[in-house]
Amino acid sequence: MNKALYSNLVFDLSRKGCTGYSLPHYDYGKAAGELPENLRRQTPPSLPEIDEPSAVRHYTNSSNNNFGVDTGFYPLGSCTMKYNPKINEAAVAMAGIAPLHPLQPVETVQGALRVYRTLEKALSEIGGMAEFTLNPFAGAHGEYTGLMVIRRYHMARGDEARRRVIVPDSAHGTNPASAAMAGFDIVEVKSMPDGTVDIADLDSKLDETIAAVMMTNPNTVGMFEKGIPEIAEMVHKAGALLYYDGANLNPMLGIARPGDMGFDVMHINLHKTFSTPHGGGGPGAGPVGVRAGLEEYLPNPRVSELPDGTLAIDFGADAFGRVGAWLGNFTVYIKAFAYILSLGSENLMRVGPLATLNANYIMHSLSDLYEQPIAGPCKHEFVFDGLRDKSTGVTTLHVAKALLDYGFHAPTIYFPLLFHESLMIEPTETESRPTLDAFIATMRKIALEASAEPDTVKNAPYTTPISHPDEDEAALNPVVTYRQLCAKQI
Amino acid sequence: MLGRCGATTLDDLYADVPDALRLKEPYRLPAPMSEPELERYFADIASQNRRLLCFAGAGFYNHYTPAAIPSLMARSEFLTAYTPYQPEISQGTLQYIFEYQSMMAELTGLDISNASMYDGATATAEAMLMAVNSVRKKRRILVASTVAPAVQQVLATYAAGPGITIEVIPEDGGVTDRTAFEAMLGAGDVAGVIVSQPNYYGIVEDYDGWADTCHSSKALLIMNCHASTLGALRSPGEWGADIACGEAQSLGMPLNYGGPYLGYLCCRENLIRKMPGRIVGATTDAEGRRSFVLTLQAREQHIRRQKATSNICSNQGIMTLHAAFYLALMGAEGLRKVNTLSYNAAHALADALCDTGMMRLKYPDKPFFNEFAIETIEPLSADALLAACLKKGILAGVRLSDSSILVAATEMNSPADIALCAETVKSLKS
Repeated sequence: MNKALYSNLVFDLSRKGCTGYSLPHYDYGKAAGELPENLRRQTPPSLPEIDEPSAVRHYTNSSNNNFGVDTGFYPLGSCTMKYNPKINEAAVAMAGIAPLHPLQPVETVQGALRVYRTLEKALSEIGGMAEFTLNPFAGAHGEYTGLMVIRRYHMARGDEARRRVIVPDSAHGTNPASAAMAGFDIVEVKSMPDGTVDIADLDSKLDETIAAVMMTNPNTVGMFEKGIPEIAEMVHKAGALLYYDGANLNPMLGIARPGDMGFDVMHINLHKTFSTPHGGGGPGAGPVGVRAGLEEYLPNPRVSELPDGTLAIDFGADAFGRVGAWLGNFTVYIKAFAYILSLGSENLMRVGPLATLNANYIMHSLSDLYEQPIAGPCKHEFVFDGLRDKSTGVTTLHVAKALLDYGFHAPTIYFPLLFHESLMIEPTETESRPTLDAFIATMRKIALEASAEPDTVKNAPYTTPISHPDEDEAALNPVVTYRQLCAKQI
Repeated sequence: MLGRCGATTLDDLYADVPDALRLKEPYRLPAPMSEPELERYFADIASQNRRLLCFAGAGFYNHYTPAAIPSLMARSEFLTAYTPYQPEISQGTLQYIFEYQSMMAELTGLDISNASMYDGATATAEAMLMAVNSVRKKRRILVASTVAPAVQQVLATYAAGPGITIEVIPEDGGVTDRTAFEAMLGAGDVAGVIVSQPNYYGIVEDYDGWADTCHSSKALLIMNCHASTLGALRSPGEWGADIACGEAQSLGMPLNYGGPYLGYLCCRENLIRKMPGRIVGATTDAEGRRSFVLTLQAREQHIRRQKATSNICSNQGIMTLHAAFYLALMGAEGLRKVNTLSYNAAHALADALCDTGMMRLKYPDKPFFNEFAIETIEPLSADALLAACLKKGILAGVRLSDSSILVAATEMNSPADIALCAETVKSLKS
């Protein structure tokens, strides 16, 4: 990563008359009449004018101000920033997907549908579910899809009073937001001091108005919900369904399947557990799996197998609806599928335990200097409640920013909301011991420095391309386009 | 490592997982494949896919991808980064999202763009939710029947949760029936009106005065437009629309059997706090340097939870780099040329198909852009035509009915391609 700021926007490099395209000069014969004047654009858009080499250098230089998994360690809790093997990217090109139009006849896209169907089956095996749809575009979209399946299920049974969804107070923000979009009211259930769900509190909230209980297991503090068999029984007895937020599935690979834990509906973030790149925020994929008996409610379109083995696209009458224009972020499936094939059954079985080992190794190596609010082995991630030494005023935010100077991405901070100074670390299984040791050494150095020279830590980062951007100003007087920026002269 | 964790085996770290839940045997999945084996596997997959000469559209268009774009999108500094929550080490991502927002605002003629939605259909659904959330206590949404069916189905799905009533404005001769629209709006309680441009049949509709009519009933006008055509057609801003949304795949993104594409969502400044999803804003850092950060996060799920404007978290991320880079390379001039070529190709193809004497335009008196609905004249049927073309490796269009198809053309279609398509149809004369 280049630590000097490359500050240009592509607009800044615009020079009148420059172009970067290569278009044919086809003559289609008889000139087509023009569109009526009032249907045509009145003023051309103000876009940059730039040649290809200048544009390529612009984005190359800009990329040097960015930090990816390929740049360095990315211990971002709940985000599962594992290494993205390059073969996954290569597989997209090999599979001959690029020119396929979504609406071309199914007999000409059997390869694409084969990837969809085989991946769907592999996820069903890993999740312990009957069937998956791959259509949702991201994890939150998967949650929404899963909740709509649940809504449809209750309605099909004439159980219309179930309009509320229970969500733990430690849940990812997407859980309550997705439930709200699906038309449910939210009921929050408390956490115990060890971060697990308060079963007595849950029990008191389960009644005939509850459609579903959303959980992630391990939960967002990295603890396995031991009470899950009991919880599943309680939830089902109350007539509700149990939803599994698959954001934390990684440590369960090789250990246990959500279906066997009693979950009815789940989503998987392919961009987390199955190693597809996060792309600075997307595209992801949020496949949704259901237990037997709920398949018919999955959204359209569906990919199904005919008796002769060929694949078809169906629109089921009982589906709750449609969540996108076609089958979702297709190339992401190829990447995830390539990952599953290259690891194979035996290596997938090792993913969870190694991710958990790495997390525990870091936790035990730092808990003398950082406050560990929850005892016991964690799973893929754990939370510190800031530094042990609280006298210095050095906060989690300061520690996170100090890490940037040492070439590490910051952990997730101030989430979950259970602790004031949450610092959530998830190393994943793809990090080597030397990397973990270097990170531990740096975290220790920062902690010691926080006690000796707190102001030094508080003013970090020092070596990043920018430092201490004024986020309050950005929100108070939003400048979100180049046109506004020119008017304000930033 | 285990020793430091106070464990002797990896299993010790899972002592809290009840034995009854533990996997007793490995996943029933294949053994690991090496890279050469994977290459063979995916080559076999590729052999079951067929590349066709594409005249299909229906919302997804086969435009050219400048070679520089995939090369830059593969840069792992961009590709393997997370959401730019740490602006100090994410200026690359933040800069291109800011560029993308700026360019989409320019294209739509509106003030604000967010940092992307999943696809054109979900972007339109979010636009519907924005309208309902910004107009108090109104629960009706009017949708033109000329909006793509897939988009209408996604709208219906998203309307169910919040209890929005969607009513379809009928079409007349391939365009939205204005009289019906005014009557439906006049019945009151309408939060927003959704129309498309070009519409599903490729027709460029005349929305003159629609925005004023909507605004006089305190409803928002939402326009669903194919991003590329915004370079040539009167923009949503110029029509007076409040929100523009839709599919940006037409900005040179490979078809990729449906994705990843890019939903865009733009609006007027007064709606910014109702906008779903991420927004990048400019500011300065401690040394006065121009910097970019995620902003107005109080709208989003990780802060507001169930009260957020949307549940969206991951969006289409790096596809906004594609869009920004594409628009930078093309510029207004390149985009105009792409549109002119596509327009001319589609009109030449329509003429050639009609000249066979076996087809006629479904809406001959309506102006179309790069796509048109065309009917087969008996005894020719849509299925027979599509099948004959497929035999020659041509995807002649998308079936609308037994006797009509939707046909599109772009700068990727040469005059020879068009002649081949017309010849193939002509050969069915016997």
